[in-house]
Amino acid sequence: MTATLDTGLFGPYGGRYVPEALIAALDELAQMHQAIKSDQEFAAELNHLHKTYSGRPSILTEAHRFADYCGGARLLLKREDLNHTGSHKINNVLGQALMTKRMGKKRVIAETGAGQHGVASATAAALLGLECVVYMGEEDTKRQALNVARMRLLGATVVPVTAGSRTLKDAINEAMRDWVTNVESTHYILGTVAGPHPFPVMVRDFHRIIGDEARAQVLELTGALPTAVLACVGGGSNAIGIFYPFIEDLGVRLIGLEAGGDGLETGRHASAISGGRPGVLHGARSYMLQDEDGQTVESHSISAGLDYPGVGPEHAHLHDIGRAEYWPITDKEAMEAFSLLCRTEGIIPAIETAHALAGAMKLGKELGPDATLLINLSGRGDKDVQTAADYFGMV
Amino acid sequence: MSSVASAKQTTLEKVLHEARAEKRAALIGYIPAGFPTIEGCKAAIDVLVDSGFDAVEIGYPYSDPVMDGPIIQEAADIALRNGVKAKDVFSMLSHTTSRGAAGVVMTYWNPIEQYGATRFAEAISAAGGSGVITPDLSFEQAQPWKTSAESAGINTIFVVAPSTTDERLQKVASITSGFIYAASLMGVTGTRTAISNSAQELVTRIRKLSDLPIAVGLGVSTPEQAREVATYADGVIIGSALIKELLAGDLDSGLAKLRSLAQSLVAATKSAERL
Repeated sequence: MTATLDTGLFGPYGGRYVPEALIAALDELAQMHQAIKSDQEFAAELNHLHKTYSGRPSILTEAHRFADYCGGARLLLKREDLNHTGSHKINNVLGQALMTKRMGKKRVIAETGAGQHGVASATAAALLGLECVVYMGEEDTKRQALNVARMRLLGATVVPVTAGSRTLKDAINEAMRDWVTNVESTHYILGTVAGPHPFPVMVRDFHRIIGDEARAQVLELTGALPTAVLACVGGGSNAIGIFYPFIEDLGVRLIGLEAGGDGLETGRHASAISGGRPGVLHGARSYMLQDEDGQTVESHSISAGLDYPGVGPEHAHLHDIGRAEYWPITDKEAMEAFSLLCRTEGIIPAIETAHALAGAMKLGKELGPDATLLINLSGRGDKDVQTAADYFGMV
Repeated sequence: MSSVASAKQTTLEKVLHEARAEKRAALIGYIPAGFPTIEGCKAAIDVLVDSGFDAVEIGYPYSDPVMDGPIIQEAADIALRNGVKAKDVFSMLSHTTSRGAAGVVMTYWNPIEQYGATRFAEAISAAGGSGVITPDLSFEQAQPWKTSAESAGINTIFVVAPSTTDERLQKVASITSGFIYAASLMGVTGTRTAISNSAQELVTRIRKLSDLPIAVGLGVSTPEQAREVATYADGVIIGSALIKELLAGDLDSGLAKLRSLAQSLVAATKSAERL
């Protein structure tokens, strides 16, 4: 299942489609990624930060009242929302920031959509004394103004990107342009399992701690593996993190919930796998939203973090070989699940995460009370309060 | 250049061979297809060819141009808003070659993949084009394209950078034909105030490993810079500086400014003392 180490291919997906100027830096990164796997000092350093800084292991919460809306299935929430900075993103960022120090680089750049990865990057940079520049689509800086302020408070420079559709994909383009220019001094902390090799494998390896912990926690609590594991998928980092340790457990269904926006039939969505086709975007081949000429098509989702026209190459492969399923969840379905979790469990999830909860409502009704569903509660919804209040007409 | 002249030389190879025989560097201009309009683009190509440019690169406007700076991004956006499609790229290429200049297409990889590599290579050949420059097609992913391009009889032009190791230069050169595109600096396209020293160092390193002609691009904008590059490279590539002339004002005044710049670039390139 794992990508070939030299080229980073997952079946026909992944690889490297980048300017030659970046190859040397990607090679250096790939070599270091291999080296740190057997480096106990690096592991100890990262584990120490997980335990004393970000708050790992994250807990498992059983959602009894929300389960009533999921056909009575047993629902277990992996609480990545309780991590420092409020989402799973910190796992990857701490790993890459430590790698940056090892490479002797002093500056990091990052792209961000909802702002969670940008906040996590700014946080790690502050902690480790690195200069940090975050590229964010101008549209997203408006949707997520609070996170822009958080990044600035943490000492990062936030650059609003005015090119193209002014969202996450354009922020990635701009970050790549910065990286091509400043690659000697700068590391690009890519925030998801997309991009050129080694990012998809490296980011996955930093997030698999979610699934490793959850698998043991579910076994301890229930004495069995879950029936299914569910997670939302934009680029797919939280999903691959929780899926990966279950891939060999063939009896466990893996279900990724993509942003269905206004519905696939409207064309206004962000479901790269359910509603796109294979192509090359941001340095790798995977499923993506594109027109007949291969021009990237703008995605649409109420959730800024899922509003991306591509998806990580390992998900494309898991889909094609039938190991994982990918379902679209509309804005409406996600917001219904968002509201229900708030009212039944006292947990305000990120709107991204609400897509996974909506998936659990569908699957639970299909499978009934015998099923155990493990859901990655990837982030908290503080950043989404304004969007949700507007959506429900509360302000 | 290889001393063995192939029977199936492309126009690009002929043009570079002739320039070398005349002890001068070839001048290559870049313009995105359909920028500023379809007719304006044809007129701009005419200006470049009439001024004495040896070859024209037709850019395939793309939604996510990660190797391009603000000027080419803006031009590509304008072209895409004009509704430019693959057929327009081929028709601009045809227009170039019908005027007697060598024509190549420069494109990010996804449009080729979606069109179909073999079909794309055949369309280039049918338009009289000499080859395709693929700035984001890495060596590891390039073999299928190489096969399609070879059967269509067109050149595969790859870009190398100052950070490219000698070992990798050799690999990339082994799948390149026409010329090696040497990026003058670490960065994206756009005008610069000076040519980086890394350009000449890179050309020197390539010379030790390959007989292919080498053209230098990225950040070459003024006649002085073109003359400097022409002293050591086989080709000088100008993009953003030409496009900038067409971005502001009306088409006629843009074309007049373009003609004046193009003529100075041609004169400067011809006047360079070859090292």
